[in-house]
Amino acid sequence: MTDATAQGSAPGGRRIDSDAFRSRLATRRRKGAILKYSGLIAICIALAILGTLLFSIVSQGWQGFLRTNVELEITYNEEIIGGDAEDIPSGAFQEIARNGLQKALGLPPEAEDYDPSDLNALISSGVRYDLQQAVRDEPELIGRTAQLSVPVSSTMDMAYKGKLNLDVDEGRRQLSNQQLEWFNQLQDDGRLHSEFYWGLFSNSDSRSPELAGLWAGIVGSFVMIGIVAAFAFPIAVAAAVYLEEFAPKNRWTELVEVNINNLAAVPSIIFGLLGLAVFLNTLGFPRSSPLAGGAVLVLMTLPIIIIAARSALRSVPPSYRDGALMLGASRNQAVMKTVLPTALPGMLTGTIIGLAQALGETAPLLLIGMQAFVAAPPEGINDTATAIPVQIYLWANAPERGFAEKTQAAIMVLLMFLLIMNATAIILRNRFQKRA
Amino acid sequence: MTDTTTEMDGNVAELRNTVRDPKGQGDPKSYRISKDGETTRHEDAAWADKDLKMYTRDVHVHYGDNHAIKGVSVDVRPNEVLALMGPSGCGKSTFLRCLNRMNDPVPNARIDGTIALEGENIYDKDYDVVMVRLRIGMVAQAPNPFPKSIYENIAFGPRLHGLTDGKEELDEVVENSLRRAGLWEEVKDQLHQPGTNLSGGQQQRLCIARAIANEPEVILMDEPCSSLDPVSTNTIEELIMELKKSFTVVIVTHDMQQAERVSDRVAYFHLGDLVEVGPTNAVIRDAQDQRTKEYVSGHIG
Amino acid sequence: MALQLTTLALFLIAITGFVMTRRRALAQGDGTRRNLHSQPKYHGYFVFLATLLPGLVFLGIFLLFKTPVVNWLTMNQLPAELRNQGSGALSLLFSRIEQHAAGGQTFGELPEGAQGAADFLAMARRAATWAIIPFALFPAALGFWFAQSRVQPTFRARNATEKIVRGLMIVCATLAVLTTFGIVMSVLFEAIRFFRMEPISEFLFSLEWNPGTAIREGQAAGADQGSFGIAPLFLGTLLIATIAMATAVPLGLLSAIYLAELAKPRVRKILKPMLEVLAGIPTVVYGVFAALTVSPFIINLGTSMGFDVGAKVALAAGIVMGFMLIPFISSLSDDAITAVPDKLRNGAYSMGATHGETITRVVLPAALPGLVGAVLLAVSRAIGETMIVLLAAGLRANLTFNPLDTTTTVTVQIANLLTGDQRFDSAKTLSAFALGLVLFLVTLALNVGALKFQQRYQEKYD
Repeated sequence: MTDATAQGSAPGGRRIDSDAFRSRLATRRRKGAILKYSGLIAICIALAILGTLLFSIVSQGWQGFLRTNVELEITYNEEIIGGDAEDIPSGAFQEIARNGLQKALGLPPEAEDYDPSDLNALISSGVRYDLQQAVRDEPELIGRTAQLSVPVSSTMDMAYKGKLNLDVDEGRRQLSNQQLEWFNQLQDDGRLHSEFYWGLFSNSDSRSPELAGLWAGIVGSFVMIGIVAAFAFPIAVAAAVYLEEFAPKNRWTELVEVNINNLAAVPSIIFGLLGLAVFLNTLGFPRSSPLAGGAVLVLMTLPIIIIAARSALRSVPPSYRDGALMLGASRNQAVMKTVLPTALPGMLTGTIIGLAQALGETAPLLLIGMQAFVAAPPEGINDTATAIPVQIYLWANAPERGFAEKTQAAIMVLLMFLLIMNATAIILRNRFQKRA
Repeated sequence: MTDTTTEMDGNVAELRNTVRDPKGQGDPKSYRISKDGETTRHEDAAWADKDLKMYTRDVHVHYGDNHAIKGVSVDVRPNEVLALMGPSGCGKSTFLRCLNRMNDPVPNARIDGTIALEGENIYDKDYDVVMVRLRIGMVAQAPNPFPKSIYENIAFGPRLHGLTDGKEELDEVVENSLRRAGLWEEVKDQLHQPGTNLSGGQQQRLCIARAIANEPEVILMDEPCSSLDPVSTNTIEELIMELKKSFTVVIVTHDMQQAERVSDRVAYFHLGDLVEVGPTNAVIRDAQDQRTKEYVSGHIG
Repeated sequence: MALQLTTLALFLIAITGFVMTRRRALAQGDGTRRNLHSQPKYHGYFVFLATLLPGLVFLGIFLLFKTPVVNWLTMNQLPAELRNQGSGALSLLFSRIEQHAAGGQTFGELPEGAQGAADFLAMARRAATWAIIPFALFPAALGFWFAQSRVQPTFRARNATEKIVRGLMIVCATLAVLTTFGIVMSVLFEAIRFFRMEPISEFLFSLEWNPGTAIREGQAAGADQGSFGIAPLFLGTLLIATIAMATAVPLGLLSAIYLAELAKPRVRKILKPMLEVLAGIPTVVYGVFAALTVSPFIINLGTSMGFDVGAKVALAAGIVMGFMLIPFISSLSDDAITAVPDKLRNGAYSMGATHGETITRVVLPAALPGLVGAVLLAVSRAIGETMIVLLAAGLRANLTFNPLDTTTTVTVQIANLLTGDQRFDSAKTLSAFALGLVLFLVTLALNVGALKFQQRYQEKYD
């Protein structure tokens, strides 16, 4: 304790009474305020980005849920379509639809000063198939006249939604002068209406934006999510329980741990390479099938769920375990009867978040062939399929203008599914936390 | 000890004038009665007219609805070791943390009453909390060296407050502080090793040295030995005896023997009340209050 | 059909085994459980697992290897001179054999000797459909018989069952290692084939990337085979990742500091979930945002300011990637900061440090390993991110570091090379796997580095 004799003459002395110290203190306070406000600004920027992102999606995408229809008086003219309802070429229905348009526009039945295909291009190419199907379902329609509301073509749709610049020269416009005149006439007559486009959910992909929908993608995505849930959840829980409760601490388990943590951060496209080389080329899984996609997503989601499940297990108080062991339960019984049920909600939360991530995954699916155009939902796990995010990617790259709003609308649908899943996870977590 | 205080004689009047006391309970003399309210105060004639380093008047602390400190008034005299003693949960640590405003960041904590350092209310709006903590240093219960080198740990305060000019002066302060904490000989060859590599007792002395480097007037210690082995405890206790030559020390302890060994006076707390205060010997050997008696005789633990 | 039947049969046998065995065990113990080492239900579980597991394992093996084995056997049916042609021609021949075997539309006649293979394939496929039943049920029956025979009062059925369950769990945990092994094997294998065609030195040091078209071996040999220098791709990846990190690190870190240290608990409770929303958005959505919203904005802005702007700017992809990484960095940094023990904060306060100084001089340095780990993981994600760059960055490899220019990245090239025509004997297709190998190794190094930092951090404060 002799050290303490060197006391007293601290060079700092009473320097803290000086003005220099006070001004220094003011500077220090200012620096603190700068830090605080930079933090606040940073988080405001982050939220502004979120806002901009959502705003750009909604503002560009809300019209994707709408489709423009035109009111036409359609006469199922027997002369054109003949008598046999089963065997009518769709071209005949195109003529019927055109006649309806001519009537609506007050044009003579025989085209003289215009190209009939210009007229055909006003309404959706899907109309003739709809009419064909209607006659097939109901042959007595032949010869009758009906008021119908049929979808217009994508260009007309864009024009009606105000997304085409109609004030430019004819050469730079997608509608000819003639067509523009017809468009204006139809609009002035009040024959054009916007309707909610249910086809976005019930139709599958199409080359025509006004007919394209997400049904095939929705089915494909949820078949794959089902595969992921069925395989990844039990395997991940088993792996997590083993690693957390039973595994000895040795080099091997350490390797497994590093592995799992690394896998959770491996770029998703690498999993695509794995799927291509192993599942498609070696094991012969069918290309673009939900089976192959699901298998890749299972491997991708596994580490995420394992990590979440382990942290759920770790948050179970050791006293639960010890209590069961003290009552003579085996290690297995203690885990199965006390630890696992307590950790289960946490594991489920992690699983749902993992599934939500899998639902949004795109890159690996492209590599196993899902960039292909698929116009029907898969009929089995070996069938060709697509997924919602893949659909978004394809539509974003499609040259037709009408796909731009469809892309954003599809994003809204995808985000809605994710929102539902995440909300479920949060509700689960909150209930769990309240009980614990 | 008396020689350090005689020069302060006659300062009481000045003290009274400088106190900015919102509740008007400024007369410290009125608290030197043997028994006021619920606090038993042992007469201590030798100190009757001496100046005070710190004084507290009618301090209340609320944590939300929890009334943790219920009207405590106690003086701290210069260059004394005052031990705050009592069973766990009695509020002694809470009270200690009030002395350098460490309760400030605690959400929904409310502190009422007066706490003054050399006659200035440290809870005054104009009193910068940095100044408070610079003048009143603190050593925590468990050693909490920063995850930096030993040198950087000591230099932390001087650098922060600009107390030194240049590297040489800083080196000097570091060495001095370590010497006064009795750690210099042990660590002088590893100044640039992490402070967290030291043993528990050494870490605690490092924390004391760190506090000394700021040249505070008062050092608060919150059960500084509770996580240490007996040998380290002994070293720290000896250190405290040395420290009071240049500093005023307020130490929280629940260990009566420790209080007896290191402190000049003892304040005994019980469930948020200050029960009894006075010279260590008087409180421990001649406790007046029933609760103090029980604690001293080992009935309350 | 046969698959569903087999699965159903497996479960039925296993459940029957469970019920029967439980009853028999109870009978052997003279009706009381006390005479048995294990409860009757454990005897039941034991038989259940011993029946089901071998059945399912063989079922899985059969499903996994049915196609490759059948195909291999079919190829063996071919006469030697047909088998000894290039692998490209061989795969073409095989797909024609498949068409013949399926009996659908065929394009022309099969070469001499291949008809036998087609007949064999048709036969093998029919056989394989039903062969699954004995293949899966026989092992199951064997397991059933074996387990049944062990049911005795002294048999430690519970321990045996627990051992089986433990084994199953180990298999599940090992799957992660198998996945890594599979990744390494599949990428390495094809990459080695690539390096046989293109020297590794050219891959690493050539300054030009232009894979050309996928040309089958022997077809138009000597034509432009393309050049495979990874440098421009690497530079492009680096450029975009740098822009992303420059955006994300300051914003993410400051947000985390604000949320963890400065915000009131109530504010934190509102803001943190909002950032998590940003983290939950799929990357394809960010990609569309980059391509349809941010890109046009930057191009217009750049052009109006008189810069020479490419059609697809690296800046747009980089910035949006940064947006994506903000919540990622913020949440990892938040974890690292909140893990700093309060005693250090108190230590700093009691030394007279202000709130800001406590953060910058004590909390952040203490959290540094965790923060470095977070940034490394973010870099790894930036380098491996595909969808944003696929939508917003270009395809043309450009040896440039100009953020307003068009660049491409490693991931874009992998996706692009493998979504068009694929020929697994052309250097073009295989080069994707070489790129994948590089990508895997780089991200592996970053991930393991990040893990090491975080581990060191956890050890310090746990």
